Amino acid sequence: MKIFDQFDKAFENRLRLQIMSVLVANEYYDFNSLKELLEVTDGNLASHLKALEKEEYIIISKSFIGRKPNTQYAASLLGKQAFKKHLEALENLIKQQK
Amino acid sequence: MEEKDIYSELSSIRNLMERSTKFISLSGLSGVMAGIYALIGAYLGCQIIKSSDIWDTGEVMSFHLGQEKILQLFLIATLVLVLSLTTGVWLTIRQANKKGESSWNPVSRRLLFNMAIPLFTGGLFILILIFRGDFALIAPSSLLFYGLALVAGSSYTFSDVKWLGFCEIFLGLFSALLPGYEIIFWALGFGVLHILYGAIMHFKYNQ
Repeated sequence: MKIFDQFDKAFENRLRLQIMSVLVANEYYDFNSLKELLEVTDGNLASHLKALEKEEYIIISKSFIGRKPNTQYAASLLGKQAFKKHLEALENLIKQQK
Repeated sequence: MEEKDIYSELSSIRNLMERSTKFISLSGLSGVMAGIYALIGAYLGCQIIKSSDIWDTGEVMSFHLGQEKILQLFLIATLVLVLSLTTGVWLTIRQANKKGESSWNPVSRRLLFNMAIPLFTGGLFILILIFRGDFALIAPSSLLFYGLALVAGSSYTFSDVKWLGFCEIFLGLFSALLPGYEIIFWALGFGVLHILYGAIMHFKYNQ
């Protein structure tokens, strides 16, 4: 089926899609709050964030609060477009099946 | 991919977008409690004003109350505020825990920050009014700035809060227009509206 080609490979993993939906809805989000919201482990979240970073779908900015590192994540323009396209593909699939 | 999967995927995205941008653990019950405190406060306030002899002359009361009475009214208002805030924070934390949500997250921080600006501005403005001896506009200002704070915070929580905010602003403006009825407007805005709003929220979202 042609429609499956429209799906973004980067979003095949559910957690990545979830991360992206949080970042698209918010200006930025920090690591710990993401972890809490998505109820995932540090390692799991970090590896998927890395994957999204590699696609240049997210922008990372690191800073410190006192001595604790505080990493903020934001969706890049490319990431927002990819997310929108992926949702449209899902929508098309539903329409087709009807 | 099955249709069922897509729907569950879409609903999980929707749910996440909403949960990550809106703080929904605000407790309706705390609104009801705040309203009750305010009504008790307003009743006590009325007693204080009635006990002064100028009540019968029918003149605008704010200008004729003695220093001591003003201080008592101010203390009651502060007490109502402190009690409402404590109850609100306590019930909200309890509700968040019950839902397994953290009450201190990016959304609640944004909510507090956005509400704090009009609230602190209003608080300072009212203190300035007190220092200048301009008592007539204290009650209208408290309604107005509180309403503005609610509207400012409403994008980070239930949109119903916005309507409560508009009602408070409306009452604040009317109260400024009709001097002498401050306590009645204050009781309506902080008492009756809060109870009404709290009850609606409780039945709409808590069940």
